[in-house]
Amino acid sequence: MDFLNALVALSNFVLIPALAYGSQLALGALGVTLVYGILRFSNFAHGDTMAFGTMTVVIFTWMFQSMGISLGPLPTALLAIPFGIAVTALLVLGTDKVIYKFYRRQKAKPVIIVMVSIGVMFVYNGITRLILGADEQRFADGDRFIISAREFKALTGLREGLAFKTTQGLTILTAVIVVILLFWFLNKTRTGKSMRAFSDNEDLALLSGINPERVVMVTWLIVSALIVIAGTLYGLDKSYKPFTYFQLLLPIFAAAIVGGLGSPVGAIAGGFVIAFSEVGITYAWKKVLRYLLPENLEPDSLVQLLATDYKFAVSFMILVIVLLFKPTGLFKGKSV
Amino acid sequence: MTQSVKTLFLFAFVAVLIIGTGMVQSWNSALLILNMGLVSAVMALGVNLQWGIAGLFNVGVMGFVALGGLGVVLTSMPPVQEAWSAGGLRAIGALVIIAATVAASAYIWRNFRKAWLVAVVLIGGLILYRMVRDPGVAAIEAVNPAVSGYLGGLGLPVLFAWPVGGLLAAGGAWIIGKTALGLRSDYLAIATLGISEIIIAIMKNEDWLARGVKNVIGLPRPVAREIDLQNNPGFVEAAAGYGLDATTASTLYVKLSYSLLFAIVLVIVLVLAQLALKSPWGRMMRAIRDNEVSARAMGKDVTFRHLQVFILGSAICGVAGAMMTTLDGQLTPSSYQPLRYTFLIWVMVIVGGSGNNMGAILGGMIIWFLWVQVEPLGQGLMNILTAGMADGSALKEHLLDSVQHMRLLTMGLILLIVLRFSPRGLLPEK
Repeated sequence: MDFLNALVALSNFVLIPALAYGSQLALGALGVTLVYGILRFSNFAHGDTMAFGTMTVVIFTWMFQSMGISLGPLPTALLAIPFGIAVTALLVLGTDKVIYKFYRRQKAKPVIIVMVSIGVMFVYNGITRLILGADEQRFADGDRFIISAREFKALTGLREGLAFKTTQGLTILTAVIVVILLFWFLNKTRTGKSMRAFSDNEDLALLSGINPERVVMVTWLIVSALIVIAGTLYGLDKSYKPFTYFQLLLPIFAAAIVGGLGSPVGAIAGGFVIAFSEVGITYAWKKVLRYLLPENLEPDSLVQLLATDYKFAVSFMILVIVLLFKPTGLFKGKSV
Repeated sequence: MTQSVKTLFLFAFVAVLIIGTGMVQSWNSALLILNMGLVSAVMALGVNLQWGIAGLFNVGVMGFVALGGLGVVLTSMPPVQEAWSAGGLRAIGALVIIAATVAASAYIWRNFRKAWLVAVVLIGGLILYRMVRDPGVAAIEAVNPAVSGYLGGLGLPVLFAWPVGGLLAAGGAWIIGKTALGLRSDYLAIATLGISEIIIAIMKNEDWLARGVKNVIGLPRPVAREIDLQNNPGFVEAAAGYGLDATTASTLYVKLSYSLLFAIVLVIVLVLAQLALKSPWGRMMRAIRDNEVSARAMGKDVTFRHLQVFILGSAICGVAGAMMTTLDGQLTPSSYQPLRYTFLIWVMVIVGGSGNNMGAILGGMIIWFLWVQVEPLGQGLMNILTAGMADGSALKEHLLDSVQHMRLLTMGLILLIVLRFSPRGLLPEK
């Protein structure tokens, strides 16, 4: 019984939140990794693109809500995602045309393009704040829980409750579907194959007649879709605030680098590595240990390795360790 | 137009901008802009040393600026005796343990290459650290939490804090440089971005160090207080001689004293930076920047030189951070935002002209001026735009409300335009 209680407490506070957070990070890191693989720069505007995309979803959600459209138990935001993706894709493609294309033609050094992406980050950030402001926004609706802690306790008779939020379930499910679709696209379709070829060896790909502008366009489209979905899921699960999204840049980059920049499988693995370490290291293990250890060994303190505010430190430490000992990441990414 | 004429012309332009602010708005706001502009210029010089001369992409400026601010608290605040006797030993002991743990694991890794041994040392060290630290910190934070609850500083005059801030930042830079330098440029960027966030997180959470988000207020000042000046009959008389009332005169006097102090620091840093740039050392750094491989082939120790210039540049940012905290008179860790303290400094360096010290200063002054003035300008613009709309309409209110966010947009546009059409900046490197 105690073991079951420990397991439930562990799932409730560590496994399920980390699984949901990991899925969000994985989707974000996939975007970073694709941009890096095809366009060959680290996109610092990624977090703010996410903030912009989620903002459009928030606005469409409010519009639907005011028109009385809803999905019943599911959040209305799901309905708004395609519209959000469309608007974000327009913005991102426009940015590419006006800004990045010039540097691509010039074959500018990656570090210059990174700097340009910092400029883009400022502009996106400004746009988001101009339209929606810098405050926290709530846009989740529908049922809050698939199963709430009280229902679970009544159902199983255990002392520990297990709350499974709708948004968590949705996040994990959506992430699985999106990842399957993405891999199918990359491995089976012609465009996907040309993207991988381009990422592997640009010159050879160009020689074999692949149109680089088309590859770049498709990449941005996929990245917009990934980023809007990831941002919306994060916003539903926690809450939407532009600055938080900017800060997500760090764990997302850490995930992409840990997995190996340029490697989609790596991005997913990296997302979960970062999420589980972050949640695991900042969780107070007292509750779980109380069930598992005999009474005389029970810990007095919270058994929390680091305060929650240091979660950035966790993703950062992992990043440093990987960079020092395995610079190409877990899944052999690029190190140009 | 030769470069020196252009430099002169552009600096004259900055002077006109600031004097214009004084005439149109008020002399107080003009001096405020000047003071922060001088501080920004020092920061820009630090970043320019790293990027312009050595090609290091450091996006952790905020962290070093914050460390400089921490230096002010640690140097100039009076020590809290009770807190020291309550838990001072434990706090120091905990720091020693952490340092020893890291050193020991690095030593083990270098000599034995056994990952499990390193892990054992790290985990053991962490547990020991928490056992020593936690009671000590609790005791320190319990000492009169409303006003102190921290160890305090050394109680030295505040001007000492500026070099100390630089030293703290240099120490931080040494640790970071040891781990992160030698990585590729964009990895270094991400690593420094992460470290600056961690530094801020530490300053927000370690209350025993500098009160965390409870802020340290009432830092000692290197210049006179307004209220003392107003009570000084000699000063009031002198002010009346210039046709100023005592209040305005005292605020202007204080701000001018700061300007003078900051200008002295700026000139010292600038002279040193120019000498460094023109010396054999500067030529070597630029050679490394332009072609790392051939510099290495010529027998230059690239990694060591990068570490050197990274520490120097960060120390300058730390001094600037200490100056800024002194000017503010308080340390508020929650006010450090990467957009304002890291990326804005980058805009300054790029716009001014990377690789050119005068350019960095110019960029610092101009961009700071814009950063401050975009808001009133945007307000005016929005007022004109929305003049035709009905009062109280939601759109009008929203537009007027969001003027404050125009800054980021403007800065981004400026950065993009400069990078596109004049990538070498206003004053290009010679």
